[in-house]
Amino acid sequence: MLAKLFPWLEKLGRRAADGVAEVGFATTLLGESFYWLFSGHRRHQAVHLHQVIQQCMEIGIYALPIISILSAAIGLMLAIQGLYTLGIFGAQSYIPLGVGLPVVREFSPLITGILVAGRSGSALAARLGTMQINQEIDALTVMGISPVRFLVVPPVLAMVIMMPLLVMWSNIVSISAAAFYVSFDLGVSVQSFLRAIPYYLKVDDVLHGLGKSMFFAVLIAIIGVINGLMVKGGAEGVGRMTTRAVVHSISAIVLTDMIFAFIVTR
Amino acid sequence: MSNSPAIVVRNLNTYYGDRHILHDVNLTMERGEILVIMGGSGSGKTTFLNHLLGLLTPRSGDVELLGKNINRLNPLEMQNLRTQTGVAFQSGALFSSMTVAENIALPLEEYTDLDPQTIAIITRLKLEVVSLAGFGGLMPAELSGGMIKRAALARAIATDPHILFCDEPSAGLDPVVASGIDDLLLKLRDALGMSIVVVTHDLDSTFKIADRICILDKGRILAHDTPAVIRQSSDERIQDLLNRRQHETRVDPTTYLSRLLGR
Repeated sequence: MLAKLFPWLEKLGRRAADGVAEVGFATTLLGESFYWLFSGHRRHQAVHLHQVIQQCMEIGIYALPIISILSAAIGLMLAIQGLYTLGIFGAQSYIPLGVGLPVVREFSPLITGILVAGRSGSALAARLGTMQINQEIDALTVMGISPVRFLVVPPVLAMVIMMPLLVMWSNIVSISAAAFYVSFDLGVSVQSFLRAIPYYLKVDDVLHGLGKSMFFAVLIAIIGVINGLMVKGGAEGVGRMTTRAVVHSISAIVLTDMIFAFIVTR
Repeated sequence: MSNSPAIVVRNLNTYYGDRHILHDVNLTMERGEILVIMGGSGSGKTTFLNHLLGLLTPRSGDVELLGKNINRLNPLEMQNLRTQTGVAFQSGALFSSMTVAENIALPLEEYTDLDPQTIAIITRLKLEVVSLAGFGGLMPAELSGGMIKRAALARAIATDPHILFCDEPSAGLDPVVASGIDDLLLKLRDALGMSIVVVTHDLDSTFKIADRICILDKGRILAHDTPAVIRQSSDERIQDLLNRRQHETRVDPTTYLSRLLGR
């Protein structure tokens, strides 16, 4: 009766229930992933190292060229904008601080997270979605091979391993690119810029970026997996859920970043 | 346990939402038998098969495979039971990121301690059995529909399971290869004592291989008997199925009109 009077209310309720169910599904998957990772060998289903290495290559090593290009662009952009802004106060000598701090605390984790979400999160959702509609996941299940152990744990683990490494690489490339630009613009040596970085940056700043990148890694992997496993309705469904995985991953990264900054910085 | 039937289904009832799909299904299949499950589209064959495979959980009733109730087993027991069953899906369900040989080798790598060379030999042997020798290095996307089905069958029998489930094993195959698959299923039964469940529409194949035939109609078992008895059945719906006649159902004119008007 109420649903007929207020159809939007029913829709809202259904969406809320679906959202809660999805969060529950994600939590269960994460719990199961931990279970298979640490207890799989007891059930003669250990996680295969070669699968994890293969995923590390896909997620990390093959992403290096594009991460390097984007990180260099970010470093250059921050150097240009930093010199302009600091120039207003005549404080251009603080440019290592102006570039270093935002790069290691925000830009590197964020840009790497967005890139990995677009590149590997989408690939994960599309792969699992296609496997779902082709009954490949059913085939694994009836063989007695846990799909979570075989398909979910390797990419989740690889992402958690590779994301901090990619962020560290992004830090190095961004700061180096900024150093070259500042050297060219202000006529100071690249070495003097780079020597100033450890003076302004604390280990905590770097750990802040690396720490949250691990949260991003788990989010990207789990969101990719649940969207892939929820695919229904053929090729169109795969496309829809892949797009959804990328949008949800990027949204989750940005929101988590904000919450992380609020909790850790204040 | 070794004397228990291969499959026992008791009072199986399943639903999709509010829709009652399988109505109180009871069935027993002895070891070393080939059971063919037949029925028209929407008769519940696929749902029934998915329950036998443990991919769905029934609303009520029990499914026992090799004397074990699959809905009451703990995960480890279920895993062990699954290593004693093989499944050839209708679509093949080969892992698209692996070669045909890697697909067949996967259950052996996961559940045996055999060295890679022995696994490679067994894999080639299974490919020979399904007439796919030399195709092990191809990816599933490079195979024809019939070859995919045969590769799926090779994967399903990789570990010489006690029960083999085949969903439409000969659909889409040319008559010679289809007959070869039938002969292979008969050999697996005779040589290894494998219990085989086949879901098919192919009447020639059914009467060639079946020890018993189970006919499903609208989620109920219409008949479950030997091919000779099924062939002589006086039931109109069974004869319609065997003689490829469409079953005429009387439609109420008012209902028909409402359906056309989308009410």
